[in-house]
Amino acid sequence: MAFLHISGLRKRYGALEILKGIDIELDKGGFLVLVGPSGCGKSTLLNTIAGLETITEGDIKVDERSIAELHPSKRDIAMVFQSYALYPNMTVAGNIAFGMEMRGVPADERKLAIDKVAKVLQIGHLLDRKPSQLSGGQRQRVAMGRALVRDPKLFLFDEPLSNLDAKLRVDMRTEIKRLHQTTGKTIVYVTHDQIEAMTLATKIAVMKEGIVQQFGTPAEIYNNPANMFVADFMGSPAMNLLSGRITREPNGLAVALERAGGEAIRLPVAAAMSSLAPYENREVVFGIRPEALTDPEGADRHAQFLCENDCLIDVVEPAGSDTFAVTKLGGREVVARLRADARIRAGEMARLAFNLDKAVFFDPQTQARIA
Amino acid sequence: MSAAALSHGQNNRWIGRIAIYGLLILFAILYLMPLFVMLVTSFKTMDEIQNGNMLSLPQAPTIDPWLKAWGETCVGLTCAGIKGYFWNSLKMVVPAVAISTILGALNGYVLTKWRFPGHTLVFGLMLFACFIPFQSVLLPMATILGSLGRLGVTLQDQVGLSFGLGNPTVNLVIVHVIYGLGFTTLFFRNYYEAFPNELVRAAQVDGASFFQIFRRIMLPNSLPIIVVTVIYQFTNIWNDFLFASAYAGSGESMPMTVALNNVVNTSTGVVEYNVNMAAAMIAAMPTLLVYIVAGRYFVRGLMAGAVKG
Repeated sequence: MAFLHISGLRKRYGALEILKGIDIELDKGGFLVLVGPSGCGKSTLLNTIAGLETITEGDIKVDERSIAELHPSKRDIAMVFQSYALYPNMTVAGNIAFGMEMRGVPADERKLAIDKVAKVLQIGHLLDRKPSQLSGGQRQRVAMGRALVRDPKLFLFDEPLSNLDAKLRVDMRTEIKRLHQTTGKTIVYVTHDQIEAMTLATKIAVMKEGIVQQFGTPAEIYNNPANMFVADFMGSPAMNLLSGRITREPNGLAVALERAGGEAIRLPVAAAMSSLAPYENREVVFGIRPEALTDPEGADRHAQFLCENDCLIDVVEPAGSDTFAVTKLGGREVVARLRADARIRAGEMARLAFNLDKAVFFDPQTQARIA
Repeated sequence: MSAAALSHGQNNRWIGRIAIYGLLILFAILYLMPLFVMLVTSFKTMDEIQNGNMLSLPQAPTIDPWLKAWGETCVGLTCAGIKGYFWNSLKMVVPAVAISTILGALNGYVLTKWRFPGHTLVFGLMLFACFIPFQSVLLPMATILGSLGRLGVTLQDQVGLSFGLGNPTVNLVIVHVIYGLGFTTLFFRNYYEAFPNELVRAAQVDGASFFQIFRRIMLPNSLPIIVVTVIYQFTNIWNDFLFASAYAGSGESMPMTVALNNVVNTSTGVVEYNVNMAAAMIAAMPTLLVYIVAGRYFVRGLMAGAVKG
């Protein structure tokens, strides 16, 4: 049985339904990331786990015990808020100890616990300061210290890094990951940043409009997106989604993509994708990630279906570690990810390798995955 | 741009500056004039007042008028100065300000952080209290205070304790608390509206109760609005004459404002302008003091550091 078990959870404000039946299971020690665009209900879901919002239907169990009716302080959870929510009138030590004080922990025990947490987070020298005297990163640490000191069953993080500048965000991300590895605690983490989701999670729930679009490991979400929304949302640059037509060739099915500066290109479809057969002569959405569309020298040599074609390059964007090239296929702009030293120039034809092992297909009407 | 045009522009700016400061100084003098006359008159002897210029400084400054106003002057028929009435006012103002401020803070806290269905309606009705003129509540309030007085008498007979019901000072405290509640609630609600909800949520997760959050999180971070409310309430209640004269208009427990009126209206003998002015200055002193002392705490930026600024 899972450690965190959310079943059939619904949340309504009057007639407005924010969460439309959420089912999630997370094992002990797991790191669940709820990710989605703003307004998808991810923060509301986190608040219902915390007990800061009531639930309309369904149940939340932690360690086989329902916590749905419990007061936030009785759920054995700790939460890190987006704005850190440090009490401005108290010192750092006071902030960290406030929860223990409320639970009636004796002063000397509080002192020991504060020192222990301060050591882990390296904030020992800040204990007597007020939050206003701290930098953003230090406030973030104190907020985490306040959560850590509880030693709870479940940690909840509500977009904890969104207020930090880009460099600090990467550092703190690593730190949170390290914290998870060393403490082995179960964490639920909300973010709108798909890179945070990919790097931190053991399980990701991609949400949209109050529904979990896909729930799985980061690799599953990235390589096998359940629908066009997930495919588009996860990954940067985003997956290329082009309209193509399934055709029957002498040696099997193929997908035809219109090409700027030449006739349509036909890419063979992997034999295993028999589910495409009903779509013969119909429009489909062909999805390929930028890294599966590259210069022939940079292509994955172990790929079974590798197919090279000439494409007219519109724009070249060198990014240091890679070079991104934009071309037009199937009426859409397509981003290819090439090696940094790939010889390529805007306005010229260039040879690109399509790794069709990694290609995915969607139904243009339902937006669901076909193959 | 040529040098001539440049100096022309600077000339224009100078003229504007002079006009602005000139007007400000003129109005400042106009507003301060009465205070100046009161102050100099209160230090003059009666001879000097009757024969001299109202605006001239005292030739032989004396504090006798102040001593007389404080300890000897006649209020109605008793001639023991205004000191007793000064304490009456203080005994009424301090509890009235304290209670109305704390209740206003609690109301604001509930109306922003513990919202219930219909909270806007409740707030609207409380706001309504701010727009009711004093005069229109005089009679209904008198009826209610009368009933409370009878209840006090009954309690005195039955339990042996009236809980102060029927006492004029207690009556005035009740009236001012009720009347002030609309304003204090308005102040605190608007302040707490901008108070980060996440702090309250964090405290809930930390296990703090309703009143613990209020006392440990809300109040310590409310100093600016507490100062504003206290100054506003103190000034209003101390300076109130209508309620004071209606519900405690005679006898031992009349507040300062009513007593001052009686001092000035005494019709026997020569009108002692210097004593009257000194009494008026004494009456105005506490409100001035509150502004000077509490004004320093009109500090901003207390919330800095709570959330990302």
